[in-house]
Amino acid sequence: MRSIRKGYILAPLLSTLWAITIVWCLSVISSFSTGDAFKPNFLLTSLSGLTVGLVCSRIKGFKKNHKLGIFILLFIALVVLSPITRLTDKSFNNLEFFLNSLFSVILIISTSKTLRDIDFYELTRHQFEDYIIKFLTNFGYIFFTAIVAIPFYVMVMTSLKNQSELLLNPLNFSIDLSKGYDLFRSYTELFSDFNFGSYVITSFFVSIFTVMITLLFAIPGAYAVARLRFKGRSIFSSSILLIYMVPLIVLALPIYVGFSLFGLRNSVLGILMIYPVTTIPVALYMLQGYFRTVPTEIEESGLMDGLSRISVILKITLPLSLPSIVSVSLYVFMIAWNEFLLAFMLLDDPSKFTITRGVAMLDSSEVPRQHLMAGSVVATIPVMLMFLLLEKYLRQGLTAGSIKG
Amino acid sequence: MLGFIYTKSNRTLAKKEEQLAWVLLFPTLAIIFSIVILPLASIFWISFKPISLSDLRPPKPIIKERLKGNLEIEGDKGEVHYRIRNSSRDQIINNVKLVDTIPRGLKVLNLDDRCQLDQRKLSCNLGSFKGGYREVLKLKVTSNKIFYISKISPKETIPKITGKSENILTNLNFSLVNFKRIFDRDEFFQVLFVTLFYTVFGTVGALIMGLLAALILNKNFRGQGIFRGLFLFPYVAPVIAVAFTWVLLFDPFSGSINALLIQMQVIETPINFFGKRPLALIMVTVFEVWRYFPLSFLFILARMQSIDNEMYEAAEMDGASPFQKFWYLSIPMLLGILSILFLLRFIWTFNKFDDIFLLTGGNAGTRTLTVNVYEQAFALSNIGAGAAVAVVIFIFLLIFSILFFKFISREEGL
Repeated sequence: MRSIRKGYILAPLLSTLWAITIVWCLSVISSFSTGDAFKPNFLLTSLSGLTVGLVCSRIKGFKKNHKLGIFILLFIALVVLSPITRLTDKSFNNLEFFLNSLFSVILIISTSKTLRDIDFYELTRHQFEDYIIKFLTNFGYIFFTAIVAIPFYVMVMTSLKNQSELLLNPLNFSIDLSKGYDLFRSYTELFSDFNFGSYVITSFFVSIFTVMITLLFAIPGAYAVARLRFKGRSIFSSSILLIYMVPLIVLALPIYVGFSLFGLRNSVLGILMIYPVTTIPVALYMLQGYFRTVPTEIEESGLMDGLSRISVILKITLPLSLPSIVSVSLYVFMIAWNEFLLAFMLLDDPSKFTITRGVAMLDSSEVPRQHLMAGSVVATIPVMLMFLLLEKYLRQGLTAGSIKG
Repeated sequence: MLGFIYTKSNRTLAKKEEQLAWVLLFPTLAIIFSIVILPLASIFWISFKPISLSDLRPPKPIIKERLKGNLEIEGDKGEVHYRIRNSSRDQIINNVKLVDTIPRGLKVLNLDDRCQLDQRKLSCNLGSFKGGYREVLKLKVTSNKIFYISKISPKETIPKITGKSENILTNLNFSLVNFKRIFDRDEFFQVLFVTLFYTVFGTVGALIMGLLAALILNKNFRGQGIFRGLFLFPYVAPVIAVAFTWVLLFDPFSGSINALLIQMQVIETPINFFGKRPLALIMVTVFEVWRYFPLSFLFILARMQSIDNEMYEAAEMDGASPFQKFWYLSIPMLLGILSILFLLRFIWTFNKFDDIFLLTGGNAGTRTLTVNVYEQAFALSNIGAGAAVAVVIFIFLLIFSILFFKFISREEGL
C-alpha cells in the first residue's frame, strides 16, 4: 500500500480511470443521440489520462497564469490525440472534433480540480484516501445517473419513433422535430385504437378508491394500536407486518379460485376488494408509527375538556397527523397504480382493464413496440409527476413508517 | 400512554378503552381474515387435491329444447326434442332431474319410461350421467286449436334440469399427487437453486448499491435533491413499464445495447441477454438490484444523516483516515439498518414474482419458486400443483420469519 501512496503514481492512475469513464460516457451519449457509432480508443484515452494526471501532480505551487498556459497546451495536445473516433466513412467532421474538444476540457478541468495541490512524491494516508474517494464519488454520480437515466430515456425516445426508424438503427434516438405532432402518433393511436383513455380512468378510479378504503380501515386500527391499551396489542403490532411477507402470487392463487367461484373475477369490484387488503397492513403500520409521535398531552387535555375518545381522534389526532396521512395516501396510491399481478390474473375483459393490464396487453408480436413504450410512458407519468411534486411526502412515507432509526 | 387515567385505577375506563380498541380494529381484522387468512388456509386444502383450472366449474347437465315437425293445423304431429348432455367429460352427475311445462294446446302422445306427466307439468328422473354422456329425449306431441290461437312456442317455457355432482373442491378426497409431482423431478432442485441465487445476490447487490449511492449523496451540495429524486425512479415507476423497457433495451435483434456494443466493436454477434442460460438468471438478478437499490439507498441515507457529526469530527482530530472513519464509525452505526434491510429484502426478493415473469416468463433457467406457482397453476392449468408449490414457499417463509423475529427482537428496530 505504502509504495503506491505517491503522487506521481496516484495522480496518473486516477486520471486515467477518469479519462476512460468520461470517454465512454461521451461516446454512449453521442451514440444514443445521433445514432452513429463513436468508438473510444483505449490506448489514446489512457495516454491522455496519464498525461493530464502527471501534469496535475507536478504543478503544485505554480502561478495562476502559468497553470493556465500549461492547461491550454495540454488541451491542444489532447485534441490532437483525439481518442474518440466516429466510425463512419467521413474522414473528418465537426462532431468528432467537438466531442474530442469537449472530452479534453472536461478531463482537464475536472482532474485539475479533483487533484488540486496533490504532491508529486509522498502522500499522507489521509490525502491518499481523500483523492481516491473524490474519484470514486465522481465516478458514482456518472454511474448511477447512467444506469437510472438510460432505461427511461430509451423508453421515452422509443415511443416517439416509428417502426421503420426503429428497425433501421436501434441506436438512433435523435428526434426529428420536423414531424411535428406526428411525433406523438403512438400516443394518439394508443388512445384512439387501444382504448387507453378508459384504462387510465379505471386506474385512477381504482387507485383513489383503494386509498379511501385503506384509510377508512387503517386509521382506526392504527389509532388503536398506537394509543389504546388492550390485550394482545404487542403481538398484534408485530404480527401485522407478517401479512406483508406473504408472496402476492400465493395469495393470488386462492383469490383466483374464490373469485371464479363467486363470479367476482373480471370485475372492478373484485379488484377493489383485493387491492386495499394488500395495502391496509402497511398503511396501518406506518400510521401507528405517526400517531405515536403526536404528543399524548394534547390528547389528554382534549379528554380532560370532556371530549369523547372518538372526537379526540377526529378533532385532534387526525388534523395533527395530516401530513403523514398524505404520505400514506401517496404510498398507497402508488402501490395501487403500479399493481400488475392481480390485475393481470383477474381481469380478462378489455373494457375493465387498469393501465398496467392494458400495457401488458400491448406486449404481443402484433403490436409495434413504440406503442408498448408509449403505453409504459403513459403508465409511468402520473406516478412520476406525483413523485416529483410531492417527493418529500413520499420519501417520508417510504422511510418513516417502515423502519425506525 | 395516557397514564393519568390509570393512576386513578379506574377499571371501567380501562375496560372501555379495550372495548373501543377492538371496535376500531374489527374492520381491519375482519377484512384481513376473510381475504387473506381464509384464502391462505385454503391453499393447504387445495394442495392436497388434484384439481385443474377446468374443475373450477363443477359439472352440470345442459339442456336444449327443440320442436320438430310442422304443426300447422289441428291434429298435426310433431316431436319435442330435449338434447341433454353432461358438461364435464370425465365426471359423473347423479340424480339428474328434468322439469318442464308443456304448452297449452299440445298433447303428449307417448311418454318416456323415466318421465311423468301431471296435467301439463312434465318431470323426468334421468338417473346418473357419466362423463361425456349425451342423449336426445323425444316426446311425441299433437296439437289442437288453442295452440294456434295463442301461438305458443314450446320454447317459451324453459326446461329446468338439475343434477348432483361432486365438487372436487369441497369433497373429502385428498391425495399427495401434487407434492409427488413437484418433488419428483430434478426440476425442483433447479428451481430451488435459481430462487436462492436470485434472492441472495439480488438482496446483497441491492444493499451494496444502495450503500454506495447513499455514500456519494451523503453530503450537502446544491442539486443533491435532484440526484436523490432521480435515484428513486426505478423503484417508483410501475414494474411493467421498466421491465418491458429492459426487455427492449437488451433485445438480441433490435435492442439498443446490442447495437451499441456491436457498433463500438466490443462484441461481434448480438447477445441474447434474457434468453440464454445462465446469462438470463444473472440479468434478472441485475434487474432486481437495479430496481430495488433505491429502497436500500433511501433507508441507509436516512440513517446516515441522523448520525451525529461530532463523532466524525472527534475521529478527524485523532487522525483517522476517511476509510478508517467509514469502516470503524459508519459501518457499526449502519449495521442495524443494514441487517434489517437485508432480512426484509431477502424475504421480499424471495417472494418476488412480477419482475421475472415480465422479463423472461420463467424461461431460460430463471424459474423461481413463485414463478413456478404460476407456471403450475395457470400455464399447466394444474391448480393443485401450484398450491403445493405455494405450501413449499410457506414453509420457507415460516423459517425466515422465525429467524426474522428472533433477530428483530434483538435489534429492536421494528
